[in-house]
Amino acid sequence: MKYIDEFRAGALAQQIAAKIASEASPGRDYHFMEFCGGHTHAISRFGIVDLLPGNVHMIHGPGCPVCVLPIGRVENAIHLAQMPGLILCSYGDMLRIPTANGMSLLKAKAQGADIRMVYSSADAIKIAQENPQRQVVFFAIGFETTTPPTAVAIQQAQALRLNNFTVFCNHVLTPSAISHILQSPEVREFGLVPLDGFIGPAHVSVVIGSQPYEYFAEEFQKPVVIAGFEPLDVMQAILMLIRQINAGYAKVENEFTRAVSREGNRKAQSLVAEVFELRRTFEWRGLGWVPYSALKIKSSYADFDAEQRFRISTTSIADNKACECGAILRGVKRPQDCKIFGTVCTPENPVGSCMVSSEGACAAHYSYGRFRENNHVAAQEN
Amino acid sequence: MCLAIPACVEQLTAQNHAIVNLSGVRKEISLALVEDIVPGDYVIVHVGFALQKLDPLEAERTLAMFAEISALDNNLL
Ligand code: SF4
Repeated sequence: MKYIDEFRAGALAQQIAAKIASEASPGRDYHFMEFCGGHTHAISRFGIVDLLPGNVHMIHGPGCPVCVLPIGRVENAIHLAQMPGLILCSYGDMLRIPTANGMSLLKAKAQGADIRMVYSSADAIKIAQENPQRQVVFFAIGFETTTPPTAVAIQQAQALRLNNFTVFCNHVLTPSAISHILQSPEVREFGLVPLDGFIGPAHVSVVIGSQPYEYFAEEFQKPVVIAGFEPLDVMQAILMLIRQINAGYAKVENEFTRAVSREGNRKAQSLVAEVFELRRTFEWRGLGWVPYSALKIKSSYADFDAEQRFRISTTSIADNKACECGAILRGVKRPQDCKIFGTVCTPENPVGSCMVSSEGACAAHYSYGRFRENNHVAAQEN
Repeated sequence: MCLAIPACVEQLTAQNHAIVNLSGVRKEISLALVEDIVPGDYVIVHVGFALQKLDPLEAERTLAMFAEISALDNNLL
């Protein structure tokens, strides 16, 4: 398919790999965090790690919206869905996240709650129009990519004068999460993450542009290369990061120029600014409370805010003790370091959030990486 | 969740929507977040919305950069 297949050519990947191998200096290690779940998925699926020399390490960051949503908010959504007469609309990925007592939206649905899986915020509007007697809540999650569509839905609901539609807003911001990883005191608890550079998000950057990352390059002296989601894009970005480090500079480079500009999508940005404002603080799964890292609905749109209409309270629930998601999202541990990885915790029965979505570090490793590891072991044994 | 894909706009429909082709599957999406889209354009589609138009010239440039790498390597052989 156009704009996909050309960026997956295996022979070219080998050649970029050869370049990486020749340019990575054998005397040092390189630790790169791919922030975005889309990259985590691509790296696992296409076996990119196998193409990299041993001293180039990829660390999975917190860039999967399903993985970073705290259990308390999922619990809130379940309570909402259990309210008599209410319809909860949710993106499919959310349904299987287990809460502390083993509940999930999927189980609530099986017990009779009216939970509808939607592909788009526009579907939720349609459901509200078709069910004027019932309250319809859209469970909105995601980074800067899913936020503009939610803003469109809220404005549409206003234009249509829908009085039975609200949004339970859980939208979070990428740049604040990156700075939190780089400077939060909690990092000490897990040990320091050796980070030499970032692969910048693809589609988040389509919306916000490359400009917001300039701060990291300057302030923390960490190179950032924004990359597309196809394997050649990721390989090329790794090469570009290595070149920056070898040359001793740190700036923002853009590999994904076919979709990302410095300014990003201005139309989407102004829509978001019109409907949402910053929250003082928001809880992230794995990262804890991060200041100014999430959005809430502006008071001028309060009629469409589920938190206001249903007086949703903040509930903070600790993760399962065995789960290492917190350390994994910060890049300090790998999925295989978790004691229950692949045994108690599997994609069919996820304990932690990293196992729920295919972009989560644990699920990606479970689906693709685990076999690679087994093959390596088998090859060594033979 | 973040997986969004490039798709070709086949036809503009009412209310600023369009039919796109995603590997043979035709789907209606919203163009509320983009401007000046015409049939034949490629857009990045995410949760039912076009997030941005793909720049064909820049895509070619990136591919040319990859090709350069392989040409260099072939010369070395
Ligand atoms: S394997 Fe499961 S429990 Fe362990 S860190 Fe991953 S998601 Fe959490």
